[in-house]
Amino acid sequence: MKASEAPAPAMTDASIDPREVALFGGIAAEWWDPKGSSRLLHAINPARLAYIRGQALDHFGRDERARAPFGGLRALDVGCGGGLLCEPLARMGFAVTGLDAAPENVAVATRHAADMGLAIDYRAGSAEALAEAMPGGFHLITCLEVVEHVADLGAFLGALERLLAPGGLLVFSTPNRTPQSYAVLIVGAERVLKTIPEGAHDWNKFLTPDELTAALRTAGLSVRHVTGLGYALSRGFAIGGDTSINYIGAATRA
Amino acid sequence: MKHSDVIIIGGGLVGMTLALALDRHGLSSAVVDAADLPATIAPGFDGRASAIASASARMLRAIGLWEAIEPHGCAIDEIRVTDGLSPLHLHFDSRDADTGPLGYMFENRVLRTALLAAAAQAANLSVHAPARTTAVERGATGARVTLDDGTVLAAPLVVAADGRRSPLREAAGIRVGQWRYPHTAIVTMIEHERSHGGVAFELFYPSGPFAILPMKATGDAAPGTRSAIVWSVGSDDAPAYLGLPPRALAAEIAKRMGGFLGEVTLIAPATSYPLGFHHAESYVGERLVLVGDAAHGIHPIAGQGLNMGLRDVASLAEVLVDGARLGLDLGDPQLLARYQTWRRLDNGLVASVTDALNRLFAIPGRPAAAARRLGLAAVERIPPLKRFFMAEARGETGDLPKLLQGLTV
Ligand SMILES: Cc1cc2nc3c(=O)[nH]c(=O)nc-3n(C[C@H](O)[C@H](O)[C@H](O)COP(=O)(O)OP(=O)(O)OC[C@H]3O[C@@H](n4cnc5c(N)ncnc54)[C@H](O)[C@@H]3O)c2cc1C
Repeated sequence: MKASEAPAPAMTDASIDPREVALFGGIAAEWWDPKGSSRLLHAINPARLAYIRGQALDHFGRDERARAPFGGLRALDVGCGGGLLCEPLARMGFAVTGLDAAPENVAVATRHAADMGLAIDYRAGSAEALAEAMPGGFHLITCLEVVEHVADLGAFLGALERLLAPGGLLVFSTPNRTPQSYAVLIVGAERVLKTIPEGAHDWNKFLTPDELTAALRTAGLSVRHVTGLGYALSRGFAIGGDTSINYIGAATRA
Repeated sequence: MKHSDVIIIGGGLVGMTLALALDRHGLSSAVVDAADLPATIAPGFDGRASAIASASARMLRAIGLWEAIEPHGCAIDEIRVTDGLSPLHLHFDSRDADTGPLGYMFENRVLRTALLAAAAQAANLSVHAPARTTAVERGATGARVTLDDGTVLAAPLVVAADGRRSPLREAAGIRVGQWRYPHTAIVTMIEHERSHGGVAFELFYPSGPFAILPMKATGDAAPGTRSAIVWSVGSDDAPAYLGLPPRALAAEIAKRMGGFLGEVTLIAPATSYPLGFHHAESYVGERLVLVGDAAHGIHPIAGQGLNMGLRDVASLAEVLVDGARLGLDLGDPQLLARYQTWRRLDNGLVASVTDALNRLFAIPGRPAAAARRLGLAAVERIPPLKRFFMAEARGETGDLPKLLQGLTV
């Protein structure tokens, strides 16, 4: 789908970039095909989930051997796509809301969750609008591979801060802006291997950990932990160490 | 429709152990078996005995099955491998290393009894047997199994634990590499005068191995006076041996034992099993995984068949428990791929070593025998080689899943 054919987003909010929304809405049907254009997301998912689970276990003091330790807590996944993160979070015991700017994604996610017998509240729209409706509504907010796509970072992070419940936890991940990430994500993954749809990323919009930490602080959030999200041939995707390509971290209210 | 985390088709030794290992970690299974399971523990149904390697024993301990079976097991403290009755032998003696037995011998009936009793108590396990499946559907969002009594089971994953002819594997179009050995195993139980002293003997004859495996004596028999026999004979000769009256067969067996355990009497009818080798080309399909004999079967020469299946159980249980805690769909191709990578190479290795060993010993003639004896003597004298074989016998090679270390996940 070309940008010019993209449907206008339901709400015109500062953080939503219509061109970005069109790209990700266009691959909506492929979200759940583990061999399709989302295969990288499927491959990276277990490592990200392990990080989120570990941080949330620590933060909320829950039992690490429990299958669904997060009963009684509400989670929001911002930029939920087809629901690849929402469904596991729901199985972990969270009451989950999934938010995405593209209505096509929300439609795919809603249908898939129903097929899987999971109750997840999916909504199309912006973080700013949801913050109006449900301020302080979520104990956990996940925002993975989203900040590099938003048009107005300050407005977006401010909305996340308003959505977070007192004592809540934010987990974010995003590509770093380094020569390595350019080589791996733009040249390697998008152009050569085509494991990421071409044009999915604008390298100039990538943030370094320091830049993102500063932007979060401005929004009233304080980063507690940052680590790398890397790829090793032997183990696949794994958390830890090198942050030069992609990093993941956790923040709480300052 | 009944929902569970997995549907296990086949409640044999491997399938039922998997169901219990999952139950211990809060994952639920529906186990379906075509057989009337209580009948499988009747005397005479399965006269075989199995070696449980010490790593497998640790898993049975970790999932709470050990107490029920321990009184019936016989520790294997030493394995002696010889070329026929040649005095030169290779022996693996756990008492040298002081690390506990290499494994334990159990009647399959003892294992089945303990598994069924534990299954009846398990909170997250339902058994459907005898029952036949009339439909097995596997799709993008889940799997459904319909039984002949109309019950419909639903789960994200189906496990094929339905034995070496695995109808589920066939239906999924997963091919197997296989061949038949021109040998048949004659299986029986003997009582003998002198104690086996916790030693498992593997005597290699040109027609195949002759194994004397130490069993716990029953009744008022003196300790150490019962052994299981697995005797590989040419398939053409098998009917003749099986047709012998018990005394005559006992005499044939005694002849091959060279008299070192004294007088021999047969205490169970002899049964026979054709020997073959098979290995599935893939252990996984859409929302499907193969475990145990459904995935692989080897020559019983090294007593590793069931142990390979129990190692599958330990790995699959760990992969599924990890996956469940991450909230993943248990049929996620990535989880299945992790299991396959973990197990297929290891099983392939055990299978090819076993096959090579069997072929090596089957080569007739004096030069071959001399080479074998040299080989045995070499392994005997080279400590690292010996340690490798000892570890293999214990089931401790490869990247050990937690259950085989005696831990829960
Ligand atoms: C002579 C001999 C000696 C051996 N000695 C040893 C030893 O000492 N040590 C060792 O480790 N291993 C040994 N083995 C191997 C060992 O017995 C097997 O590896 C082990 O029993 C396999 O267990 P399983 O549960 O995978 O399969 P099975 O025991 O074959 O169980 C399969 C189950 O699936 C059920 N089933 C089949 N089809 C269907 C269907 N369509 N629907 C529902 N249910 C179905 C069957 O009723 C059965 O209960 C020996 C094998 C032989 C032949």
